[in-house]
Amino acid sequence: MDRDDGVLEAPYRLEYTYQRSTGPVIGRFLTGLRDGQLEGVRTAAGTVMVPPLEYDTQGAATGEAVKVGPAGTVTTWAWVTEPRREHPLTQPFAWALIKLDGADTAMLHAVDAGSIAAMRTGLRVTPRWRAARTGSIRDLECFIPADAASAAVADAAAAAPSVTLFPSPVRLDYTVTAGHHLSVYLRAMQDKRIVGGRCPSCTKVYLPPRGACPTCGVPAAETVDVADHGVVTTFCIIRIPFDAAPFPPPYVAVAVLLEGADLPIYHLVRGIEPEQARMGMRVKAVWVPDEQLGPTLASIKWFEPTGEPDADRAQIERHL
Amino acid sequence: MSATRCAIVGIGQTHHKAKRSDVSIAGLVREAAARALADAELDWKDIDAVVIGKAPDMFEGVMMPELYLADALGAAGKPILRVHTAGSVGGSTAIVAAQTVISGVHRRVLTVAFEKQSESDAMWALSPRIPFQPQLTAGAGGYFAPLVRAYIHRAGAPAEVGMMVAVKDRVNALKNPYAHLRIKGIDLAMVRDSPMLWDPIRYLETCPSSDGACAMVLTDEDGAKASPRPPAWVHGLATRSEPVMFAGRNQVDPQAGRDCAREVYAQARIGDPRQDIDLAELYVPFSWFEPMWLENLGFAAAGQGWKLTESGATALGGSLPINPSGGVLSSNPIGASGMLRFAEAAMQVRDQAGEHQVDGARRALGHAYGGGSQFFAMWIVGRERP
Ligand SMILES: [Zn+2]
Repeated sequence: MDRDDGVLEAPYRLEYTYQRSTGPVIGRFLTGLRDGQLEGVRTAAGTVMVPPLEYDTQGAATGEAVKVGPAGTVTTWAWVTEPRREHPLTQPFAWALIKLDGADTAMLHAVDAGSIAAMRTGLRVTPRWRAARTGSIRDLECFIPADAASAAVADAAAAAPSVTLFPSPVRLDYTVTAGHHLSVYLRAMQDKRIVGGRCPSCTKVYLPPRGACPTCGVPAAETVDVADHGVVTTFCIIRIPFDAAPFPPPYVAVAVLLEGADLPIYHLVRGIEPEQARMGMRVKAVWVPDEQLGPTLASIKWFEPTGEPDADRAQIERHL
Repeated sequence: MSATRCAIVGIGQTHHKAKRSDVSIAGLVREAAARALADAELDWKDIDAVVIGKAPDMFEGVMMPELYLADALGAAGKPILRVHTAGSVGGSTAIVAAQTVISGVHRRVLTVAFEKQSESDAMWALSPRIPFQPQLTAGAGGYFAPLVRAYIHRAGAPAEVGMMVAVKDRVNALKNPYAHLRIKGIDLAMVRDSPMLWDPIRYLETCPSSDGACAMVLTDEDGAKASPRPPAWVHGLATRSEPVMFAGRNQVDPQAGRDCAREVYAQARIGDPRQDIDLAELYVPFSWFEPMWLENLGFAAAGQGWKLTESGATALGGSLPINPSGGVLSSNPIGASGMLRFAEAAMQVRDQAGEHQVDGARRALGHAYGGGSQFFAMWIVGRERP
């Protein structure tokens, strides 16, 4: 993505599904939902908490399960005019706090009231269950005004095991903004050039340029060209397979001190048996074909040995 | 408010395992906290404040533990704080808790750290597909293996030393009923024959992934007097950090670690740590970090740490036992791993460590590090009131 000021942006998605253990109390509640039952839990003070938690507000462990509902009363609500992708309903609906009959606390859920005019505090509601239930709060599709017909609940299979685990998907969509100095560095990659940033105070050349020197704390706007060859300061051979691996293992990940830079960059070395990798080995960038060049470090496909004699230890000692 | 000494009067931990599918995260932290309270013979209502720490958010997807876990930790109506310093968090959480006691702000503080690795995938969390670059990261091992290689190269250490640490810590773990890894018959051959993951780091030279929690009750001098069991006294505590990248950074022997050690020794009036400290619980997630930290912490001169390990001095029964509990190499609920080091150090000077007790332990170092070796937390605890 290009901005008017030349700063690069790119989408970045963090996405993962955690697998949560429910513990006994939440597990019992989710098992109930799967079976079309609403349950709360009795607190040490004798009140009934819905949805149940393992510990009450005084820090005491909660006790026995208590059947509640299925009908309840709206204690407060907010109208959603434009439902979002993650919402339980596609048509406008209310988020409501619903105090189920027999409960002392209100639980948050959706009410499919048809229109905002039909919603009010004090409205009596009853659950609408999904036909296929898995042991999730979404098994309870929503609540509906109690005067409307409620969907029938099928009996659960008698021997279905209790719910002990539930998937918890997380997805975060970011726009990563590279900033001015990193954008200059990345754009140079498109022209097979490597650009560092020099600190005016200590004269160290940072790669990528950072706009400020981390040791001197001064602006470092000056850019300098750095060679696309250098010395491996240290490395490891990745032999563990993992989802995001760029190549099937084994492959060599290196820290390379490019000529003209004072800080190694991390990259990969190919064109050599992994066992032949050495500290002090001289390597040169292998660029992707011209038509694949872009504003990314991935414009360097990997590094390859130059075949020149290794650098001596003193040259890499300060860069470990 | 006035300055006071701080003492540890309650310690609790879970039995660390690969998977605690029987409890939620709330149930897990509750277990450790309840054990710490029982050890102190205190009740939830006796606690003035709660300080909580955990691993980085992506590790387990819990963004606000201070919100989610307030009920489980009896924190309603009390101050609750969350501390966040990557892998060192268990240590720095205990330090923040201790500082609220030392400053006179609170009299009795519950501090808790945890992680439930089975609910997530640390390899995923540490290998994000970041825009503008190829996939270069490969988990914690991918980051630390080049540093280990640099250490071996610089110190001229024989490959055997990393394997010796791997064996020694697992032998210790067999004496610790809370330890996760219990490898019967562990020996050098077993380590040598285990697969290379991040060459030069072998499978058995790395830490496991664990579910677990640790908790401590910290209190002031009056609280220590009232303690039913001998307290461990805080003789010194310090945290330090440094940027993850700067020119000339010594990642094998980080300046922040050296500075943190100097500060904590000065507070505890320790002249020569090799003589004045009876044992240390060090954050060693990969076996080679034992000799690396021995040097960083001043137990050995630069390049000489591996000789201390090789001599057997760091074994239980040696002159400087390191990780008698089995350490991070045997139990690794990441968010709690630092606090476990701090708690095990305190257990030792309370003569509470059971089969892995170091005879006559009077002063012990608890150590944690995190991020790209950029956060350090340390405390010295002692049997005597300082
Ligand atoms: Zn500078």
